[in-house]
Amino acid sequence: MSEMNFTLDGKAIPCAEGQTIMQAALAAGVYIPRLCYHPEFKPHGSCKLCTVKVNGRQAASCTQHAQHGMVVESNTTELNDERRALLQMLFVEGNHFCPSCEQSGNCQLQATAYALNMMSSHYDHFFPDRPLDASHPEYLLDFNRCILCSLCIRASRDVDGKNVFGLAGRGINTHLIVNAKSGQLADTDFTADDKAAHVCPVGVILRKRTGFHVPIGQRTYDIQAISAMNSTEEAEK
Amino acid sequence: MVADTDKHATYLDQILERRGSDATQLLQILREAQEHYGYIHTDAIDYLSSRLAIPRVKIEGVASFYSFLYLQPQGEYRVLFSDNITDHMLGSAGLLKHMCEQLWLEPGKVSEDGLVSIDITSCTGLCDQGPAMLVNNIAINRLTPARIDKICELIRKRVPIFSWPAELFVIEDNIRRKDILLDSDYLPGASLSALLARGTVETLGEIKKSKLRGRGGAGFSTSSKWESCRAAHGQHHYVVCNADEGEPGTFKDRVLLTSYADQVFEGMTLCARIIGARRGFLYLRGEYRYLLDHLQIVLQRRREQRLLGTSILGCADFDFDIDIHLGAGAYVCGEESALIESLEGKRGTPRNRPPFPVTNGYLDQPTVVNNVETFAASSLIALHGGDWFAATGTPASSGSKLLSVSGDCERPGIYEYPYGVTVAQVLADCGAHNAQAVQVSGASGVCVAPNEYSRRIAFEDIPTAGAFMVFDQSRDMFEVARNFVHFFAHESCGFCTPCRVGTSLLKNMMDKLAHNHGSLYDFNEIEKLNQLLLSMSHCGLGHAACNPVLDTISKFRPAYDKRLTHQQFEPAFDLDRALSQARQMTGRDDPGSHLGGAHPGETT
Repeated sequence: MSEMNFTLDGKAIPCAEGQTIMQAALAAGVYIPRLCYHPEFKPHGSCKLCTVKVNGRQAASCTQHAQHGMVVESNTTELNDERRALLQMLFVEGNHFCPSCEQSGNCQLQATAYALNMMSSHYDHFFPDRPLDASHPEYLLDFNRCILCSLCIRASRDVDGKNVFGLAGRGINTHLIVNAKSGQLADTDFTADDKAAHVCPVGVILRKRTGFHVPIGQRTYDIQAISAMNSTEEAEK
Repeated sequence: MVADTDKHATYLDQILERRGSDATQLLQILREAQEHYGYIHTDAIDYLSSRLAIPRVKIEGVASFYSFLYLQPQGEYRVLFSDNITDHMLGSAGLLKHMCEQLWLEPGKVSEDGLVSIDITSCTGLCDQGPAMLVNNIAINRLTPARIDKICELIRKRVPIFSWPAELFVIEDNIRRKDILLDSDYLPGASLSALLARGTVETLGEIKKSKLRGRGGAGFSTSSKWESCRAAHGQHHYVVCNADEGEPGTFKDRVLLTSYADQVFEGMTLCARIIGARRGFLYLRGEYRYLLDHLQIVLQRRREQRLLGTSILGCADFDFDIDIHLGAGAYVCGEESALIESLEGKRGTPRNRPPFPVTNGYLDQPTVVNNVETFAASSLIALHGGDWFAATGTPASSGSKLLSVSGDCERPGIYEYPYGVTVAQVLADCGAHNAQAVQVSGASGVCVAPNEYSRRIAFEDIPTAGAFMVFDQSRDMFEVARNFVHFFAHESCGFCTPCRVGTSLLKNMMDKLAHNHGSLYDFNEIEKLNQLLLSMSHCGLGHAACNPVLDTISKFRPAYDKRLTHQQFEPAFDLDRALSQARQMTGRDDPGSHLGGAHPGETT
């Protein structure tokens, strides 16, 4: 029996039964832009940044299973233009002020925007009013930067077994909430050891009093472009 | 003194007992809790969280997803004006203003004494007898200033809504044209007897022969769906009837469920026999809450007639029953996988597909989801055979289609035609003279211009879920499109980035044009946004959101041109409009309170 594979931008990518296009691409060291995907969790398919063309039709590569002989396009001008527009949407939906953000240089939204040559936010900003939650002694929640990737929700539910986070509201009013009657993180069973404390791709879930231990300029994506990293694990180091 | 939690425990215990303390019934439990208490109290959430063993974050997530569920105190009387374009054309905005003035309150806010709140809601499915409203989720039609005054009086006197005069709640069928579906002398049980006489596989063969296709608009082959589900492995199989008729301008399911409920339930029952299901659901949109008691009575009668329940028609291995699941104001739940999520007591977010419901549906089991009209048609096919059905309509679109006709015409209502009828024929029959445009299949459908009136209603030309909204020459097609764009932004579920943000961006762009800040730049932006939503959105809602704008731009360009007041790009921000709040606070509207020669009264 011959090995299964598909082509991604003309390059042969080996794949296994049940593997998604994203998983196969990651294993082969090929970068597909993504924000809500994390190899340790069940794919969600909501940010749509990883959308590729499979035999000419758009599909989220994190949820689409790889099949032998598929022809997949990813790094094309058309798709990258659309991905850039999605990033711009995320930037105007929340309040993202990179120069003053303590996650600058460690933020996947910012790093992906650099990778896709986003030069401006293009659309009119929504400037939503999103109060901070500083109730927890060790952690701060800055909802201004939330991109609704749901990684903290999945980590808390599936790994920590806690359900600290959840989504509320609908449409443009969708927002992150915590599992407490007071609505405050301090009143949940969240701890610094939780997986959920370490998966936020942007700057919502922040450890207090550590923000500038590593100076800007020496941080993860200051040193290496996100597109050059082989896997998300590497990015997290 | 009774502790607060005990207060909620008392009514919640009754609801939980009725619902078997089943977390998949969460939406129904929340809806009933609210019907009892007026809103969903935070203590009630705590109590449900412990009793159902689900985190409160999940309960809040569900409650905040649906428009008709409230986590904050609401007025004793919650008034929601239907906001479809057809309601607007019948004067709903003026009536809303009139009512607010009568009761001294602002739209979207609860009156200071907690008596009443007034707001708008998506199309309530009464377009043929609008303007319409819901009061505590019960439908009232044909609003006039006099009827509004009467309602205000009843509210001021705190008359319980079930004691209001019955004439406020008379919803008419308005059936104007009958064909094979509506014109049958249907006897409850006839189709099931025919099914048992003919045999299960043979009946499926008749459905196949009939070439019946789904009536929700997508037109998937009904027999293929039933066959796949029948063949799928699972512990249980389920039948779901999609009565979440949320597409603006559509109201045919309302009429079928009012006057042809037996036919619908019988279609579900024969589907159950074919796919091997013992349990079915009717997912009824929250706007049709007023039909719930009537439908429960029909179901109970059918149980007594042995047309539901165990050993149907005395057949030992034929068990099937139907529960009614009420929605709570979420258009996206009309998408079948979002509907299933909602049935399971979750937020109505469309699933990643594949897998499809026929293999992995309700509780991950094989599930058939079909439209109300599809089930009604299937019961007739079981009775009269596939050839009889296929003799009506066109080769690719067999049978008939119910159209919900509304807007600028003399005789709005339900028109049943064989597939293949022209738009012109429908316009002539409903008494629409001088129609400028017809929006077929609702906000997500197509806008048809006069030079296309010879086109046909059929899957091979204009497919439709049934809406047929007529606009005469006096209507502004830009405002029609803007109304639909606002609808999509309100109904986007928020799951995927392109639809969540894109529909709101589009809404802001259309508002920008409406406020006379438009230029060619904005046109190009709208077209780019459409491309992005088509390409990247998770489900059909996002794919369709730009349709009304693109259609009207290409066919009714003058309506847009008059908004293109600028050659060069202009920002949406308008300093004079931004000062309107300050003007309101100071009670001024004189020329001195406006910038740059703007005229009083023009800024909102």
